[in-house]
Amino acid sequence: MSGHVSPKSTYYAIFGALMVLTGITVAAAFVNLGSFNFPVAISIAITKATLVVLFFMHVKYSSRLTKMIVAMSFFFLAIMFGLTLTDYMSRGWYASPRGSTGAGTQVGISVNTPARTEPARTTTEPAQEPAR
Amino acid sequence: MAAHVDSHGHAHVHVHHPAHQHHFETMEQQAEASTLGMWLFLATEVMFFGGLLMAYLLYRVWYPHAWSEGSLELDILLGGINTVVLIGSSLTMALAVRAAQTDQQRATIVFLLLTMALGLTFLVIKFFEYKHKFETGHVPGPNFHFEGPEAPQVEIFLSLYFALTGLHALHMLIGFGIMSVILWMAVKRRFSHAWYTPVELAGLYWHFVDIVWIFLFPLLYLVDRSHHFA
Repeated sequence: MSGHVSPKSTYYAIFGALMVLTGITVAAAFVNLGSFNFPVAISIAITKATLVVLFFMHVKYSSRLTKMIVAMSFFFLAIMFGLTLTDYMSRGWYASPRGSTGAGTQVGISVNTPARTEPARTTTEPAQEPAR
Repeated sequence: MAAHVDSHGHAHVHVHHPAHQHHFETMEQQAEASTLGMWLFLATEVMFFGGLLMAYLLYRVWYPHAWSEGSLELDILLGGINTVVLIGSSLTMALAVRAAQTDQQRATIVFLLLTMALGLTFLVIKFFEYKHKFETGHVPGPNFHFEGPEAPQVEIFLSLYFALTGLHALHMLIGFGIMSVILWMAVKRRFSHAWYTPVELAGLYWHFVDIVWIFLFPLLYLVDRSHHFA
C-alpha cells in the first residue's frame, strides 16, 4: 500500500489556516454586514471544509473516482438546497387571483396558543384534527 | 507467503500480507476500494445532516428574527473553544494516520490518544452547554421557557439546535468507540506502511464529523447575532 505521505508541515499549515479562518468568522459575526453576514459565514465554512477534505482527508492525492464521489455528494446536497429554496423563497412573489400561495412568507405561529403550563395540550391536539 | 504456479509451470513466491483479501489483485486496489466505500458512506452522511440543515435553512428564511434571538442564547465562547478543540483533534488524527503510514508505532498510539482526549473534551463542554440549557428552560418541550414575542419560533430554532448538535454529538460518541478499536489495533502493532487502512478510514470519519461542526458553529452560534447591534 503506497498512499501519499504528506509532510507534517502541511498538516500544521492547514491547522493554522483553519484557526485563522475560525478567528475571522467569529470576528465577522460581531460586525453587522446586513444580509451579507450569512454569505460571509458560509463562504468561510466552505473554505475550511475544503481544506479539511483536500489535505486532512487526502482527497487531493486520491484517485479520480474518489474525487468524483466526493464532488457528487456535495453536488446532490446543492440540488436539495437549491431546488427547495427556489420553491420556498419564491412563494408569495406573485399574488394569484384566487389568493397567493405565500406559504414561504406568510407563515406565523400564533403567540396566543394555550399556555405551555397546560400539560393536556399535546394529548388533546389529535381531537382538533379536521374530520375527513 | 503463498506459492503460485502460473500457466507456464513456473512457481512464484509472493509476499502475502495477512490483511490482503483474496478477491483483490493488489493491496493498492484493496485500499482504493476501501477508501471509495468509506466515501460512499460519507456521501450518505452528507445527505443525512443535509436534511436537517435544509430544515434549518427554511425556518431561517421564515423566522430571521427568532434565529437572531436564538443565536444570542448560545455561548459563543464555549462554541468557539469547541471549534478549536475539534479542529485540533482533526490535526492529531491526521498526524496519527501519518504516523501509521510511516511505521511509527508509538507516535500512532500517542496521536490516537490525543485525538480521543480532545474528542472527550468536546463532549464534556457540550454536556455543560446542554446542562445550562436545561437549567434556563431553553429545552423545547412542555417546560420550554423563553422571554420575548417570538418564543414559539425561538423554540423551533432550539429544536434544530438540539437535533443538529445532538446528532453531531452522537457521531462523536461513535467516533470515540471507533477510535478505541483503532487504538487497540495500534497497540497490537497491526499497522504498518504496508497496511493502515483502518486508521485512514477512521480518520476520514473523524474529519467528516469535524466538517459538520465547521458548519454548525457559524450556523447556530454566529450567523445572525450581529443583527442585534444594528
